Amino acid sequence: METMRDRFAPVLSRMLDEDPRVAVVLAEIGKDGFREAMARHPDRVINVGIREQLLVGAAAGLALTGLRPVVHTFASFLVERPFEQVKLDLGHQDAGAVLVSAAASFDWPAGGYTHMSPGDVALIDTLDGWTVHVPGHPDEAESLLCRAVGAHDDKVYVRLSVQSNQRARVVDGRRFVTVREGRSGVVVAVGPLLDTVLAATEGLDVTVLYATTVRPFDTAGLRRATEAAGTDVVLVEPYLAGTSTAAAAEALSDVPHRVLGLGVGRRELRRYGTVEEHVAAHGLDAHSLRERIASFVGSAARVAAGV
Amino acid sequence: MTITADFGRTYGYDDLPGLMGLMTGDEKHGPAATSTLDVLWVLYDRVLRVTPERRDDPARDRFLLSKGHGPMAYYAVLAAKGFVPVDWLPGFGSYDSPLGHHPDRVLVPGAEIASGSLGHGLPIAVGSALGLRAQGMDDPAVWVLIGDAELDEGSNHEAIAFAGPAGLERLHTVVVDNSSASHARPGGIAARFEAAGWSAVTVDGRDHEALYAAFTAPHPGRPHVVVARVEPKTA
Repeated sequence: METMRDRFAPVLSRMLDEDPRVAVVLAEIGKDGFREAMARHPDRVINVGIREQLLVGAAAGLALTGLRPVVHTFASFLVERPFEQVKLDLGHQDAGAVLVSAAASFDWPAGGYTHMSPGDVALIDTLDGWTVHVPGHPDEAESLLCRAVGAHDDKVYVRLSVQSNQRARVVDGRRFVTVREGRSGVVVAVGPLLDTVLAATEGLDVTVLYATTVRPFDTAGLRRATEAAGTDVVLVEPYLAGTSTAAAAEALSDVPHRVLGLGVGRRELRRYGTVEEHVAAHGLDAHSLRERIASFVGSAARVAAGV
Repeated sequence: MTITADFGRTYGYDDLPGLMGLMTGDEKHGPAATSTLDVLWVLYDRVLRVTPERRDDPARDRFLLSKGHGPMAYYAVLAAKGFVPVDWLPGFGSYDSPLGHHPDRVLVPGAEIASGSLGHGLPIAVGSALGLRAQGMDDPAVWVLIGDAELDEGSNHEAIAFAGPAGLERLHTVVVDNSSASHARPGGIAARFEAAGWSAVTVDGRDHEALYAAFTAPHPGRPHVVVARVEPKTA
């Protein structure tokens, strides 16, 4: 099956042809997809070698001369390794860029923890002014990539994963989408976890919101959903559990509420294997999610739904 | 040569100590500040093609102060050249002052980058040179000033190793060497750059004519480094 990342090089190659502001900056990883684009635009497809601090610093320099840099490598090497460059060379310099990661939390479990980055969104979340897109389907990834590159000089993080929902939704790069409506709680499903969340909440009387843009957090969307469904909120995120708990709590700060943050656990598993095995180990399969969501929203949700 | 600034008052090299004297509160960085004074003056007075009027001109030369600690000499030169008002200098480091103990490009007219954390300027300069080249602007020069101890930061070595093979001819680095690195670079600083394909010159960092000659030396097809040696920090 085609992955989100399969779209990255073709989409950006097209944008390089169409927009003279666009530049792609790579550190070896992902360069094969840009072979033709590099031949056509040798000055705007830049491979700095295995140098991730330079990768982000050079992107900032490109931005300061007026270009729109798009920076790509695995999340571990894009966000975690050069984090101070992300903080200072982009944030503090007031320079924009689009950071596009791959490998996500555990896209390559056989590769081990060195290639896992469940904390990337939480790290970006310590910084000001970033937009964070977490698409759940290759079509959504394409749409959000285009939005990200077109977003003037904004700082945007796009998180691509091999995990995906069966079908794409219409996403606007800002708001949560209401997928199901209920009266006994709100479940926010982020990106590739939507299908699993829908399966997990089948027969439960809960509202399901679908989030592919998590920063800025759609405060108004969450509040609106709680008006009918109450203020029991479950966040199901494909990265570190609890990453958006503070944002949800802030959205509901003036009303009594409860928030449960589900996602990837902090504990290092020290396991290889498959994506499915890691999903299960972190309790993110439909069966585990159902148990945790149902026990949190309580009997009201099940009684109301007649289950 | 001097230029006119602040109601017709002109400032020259001899005025810089007085301008620096207006800034107090960061004395611990005094040696770092004075080590760069002559390099900064010769660059801004004779080499860089940038003026307060041209500070947003896409075709201007860029000067990136990477060694952001001890920026008193930098602020003094910017004031002497009319980028910032002289009457900003006494407020140095205060809450309402745009002039901090590390510079912020958003606050300081003419400052191309914010700096303070070491090892960021040269990678950003590499990107600036790439960005200008990608837009067909082959004339503007990009200059970055780093310290010899700052050169320890690995990010600089990523940039040095890339810029030579990439042939970034418009990229220039000045390393102000006041022997402040705890572990001196084996073979010397210039050798590190030369091994990566840079043009390199080492000069007396207090000799204005020697600095000017080194700054303007031709270096076709290669980035250029000037190692400006000054008295040791501890001297």
